[in-house]
Amino acid sequence: MQRTTIISAVVMGLAGLFLVFRVSTGSMGKAYVRATPQVVDAQHPEGHWQTEAPAAPAEYWRAEAAAPGQQEVRFSWSHTLGLWVAAFFTLAILSFMYCDNPVYKVAESVVVGVSAAYWMVVGFWEVIVPNLLGKLMPGTIKAWAMPGLEAETEWVYLVPLTLGVLLLWRLSPKGGWISRWPMSFIVGVFCGLRLVTFIHADFLSQIRNTIIPLTVFSDQGFMFWDSVRNILVVLSVLVCLVYFFFSIEHKGAVGKTARAGTWVLMITFGAAFGYTVMGRIALLAIRLEFLFDDWLWLVDPNGKRVVEEAASLILGSGMVG
Amino acid sequence: MYELLKNLDRRWIFLMMLLCVSVPILLQSRFPEKPTGLAQAVFDEIDQLEEGDRVLMAFDFDPASEGELGPMATAFSYHCASKKLRMYYMALWPVGPQMIDEAIRNVVETDFPDLVYGEDYVNLGFKSGGEGVIKVITTDIRQLYTTDALGTSIDAIPMMQGVDNIRQMDLIVNVSAGTAGTKEWVQYAVTPYPEDLRIVAGCTGVQAPLLYPYIPDQLPGLLGAIKGAAEYEELVMSKYGEDVMAGIYSEARRRMGPQLIAHLLMIALIIAGNVIYFTDRRRGGR
Repeated sequence: MQRTTIISAVVMGLAGLFLVFRVSTGSMGKAYVRATPQVVDAQHPEGHWQTEAPAAPAEYWRAEAAAPGQQEVRFSWSHTLGLWVAAFFTLAILSFMYCDNPVYKVAESVVVGVSAAYWMVVGFWEVIVPNLLGKLMPGTIKAWAMPGLEAETEWVYLVPLTLGVLLLWRLSPKGGWISRWPMSFIVGVFCGLRLVTFIHADFLSQIRNTIIPLTVFSDQGFMFWDSVRNILVVLSVLVCLVYFFFSIEHKGAVGKTARAGTWVLMITFGAAFGYTVMGRIALLAIRLEFLFDDWLWLVDPNGKRVVEEAASLILGSGMVG
Repeated sequence: MYELLKNLDRRWIFLMMLLCVSVPILLQSRFPEKPTGLAQAVFDEIDQLEEGDRVLMAFDFDPASEGELGPMATAFSYHCASKKLRMYYMALWPVGPQMIDEAIRNVVETDFPDLVYGEDYVNLGFKSGGEGVIKVITTDIRQLYTTDALGTSIDAIPMMQGVDNIRQMDLIVNVSAGTAGTKEWVQYAVTPYPEDLRIVAGCTGVQAPLLYPYIPDQLPGLLGAIKGAAEYEELVMSKYGEDVMAGIYSEARRRMGPQLIAHLLMIALIIAGNVIYFTDRRRGGR
């Protein structure tokens, strides 16, 4: 047996034993909810349902201490299952750090599948229903899906409906070329929209932002560091522009300036790399926080399991669900 | 040592990184935060608003970046609620409404129960279309928003009375994880209407370098990644949050502990990598 296989088997065995111990003592991986009764309105008292919001374990323990057997804050099987599934998939994705494996592949495929399905559902309910059907058949949509909708039929929305149908024509075995018309429309609109915006917000405004005083004075007199900053901004822009100016060979003074431009670019890339590292570490930190806090109950930074005096009695008597 | 480092299996580096991030979390390490100019600028932009001013809270992020941006969203909501500003939540990302719900549930409903939905804050929900949405609502918000996220007609919501477009907002507060996000808000909302609109933003670390060119004229203040979030959190909590210093209001500062240790490891690895490279070159390896 390979050494890596032995190591991974031992680590997983120890982790499994740890989990069995924690679960058997009832001190990890449980989720609670606060149920709030709702009614449709005063005219329809028969129409009622409950909303469930996540609740901290401490809330449950407190509620049990005040009224044993109460149902307002309760243990939730579905939320608990969700918690364990989330923990499993977190570990499954992290397992790729060790090596590519079937568990990682399963997790990856689930993410892709769920995302695709989510986008389809969101696209239907957030785009097609309110932005298209709600404009063409407001009465029907109000009665069926959007009770708050107050609108009149706008026949101009037949145009996007037609373009949408033409776009789907690509799936037809014949006449797939028809989908190029709406595609051309989309490309044209976005080109126009982005061209104007880019010229205004990025090109012209960035030139304007670079026209700054090299020596800064205020009521307190000469501002040394502000002046240094402005000089650096202007010089950096100029040397970077020289680096990207290829009509003159980069030799002599031009070459040295272009070289300075390279340095400025490298510093920029370094800053971007540093920021990226910080972002990635933050993402790792929150996943570990989730595992240690919500799942394993090893830490409690938000005081979700702070057991007060009354609840301690319940803990002691083994009533904790 | 040289041979060991040169042939080090990358999985040992992953393990070291895991430990560097895990240990500070388990020990709940905290370090002091000194706010920098950009975080102060964000704080000042919000703090100078008067009670009842309108703030558009554009939460354009999803759970994938919640670790970085969640604490910003929490601190922004807390700051605006403390100032009793009228908050108009909206999202250009499909999972944004869940992030809005979380901020409302954890901050507004929990710590500001006197604030009334529809009068002090409203959730306009998600709209598909990215920059197209921004372009439309700068001139006519009702063209796209006929109801709020709960399905209530816009016209039945008291705080929507008299709001025809987002140029009537006193400030846009954007939390951004990518496209559509801060860049699009600057391009399509603030730049065309510099007299009407101002924006402050919090963004992921990957985005921050792309947004620096807009500072300060087009974007007066920016919180970059978890560091920016921690600085802003420090500013908000030191002024408004004496009673609620723990819990969700210290998330960003808490996550700076793992950052510090992990960055020290990164620096050590970069130095080690360079030492190996130059040693190798001196020995004629390349």
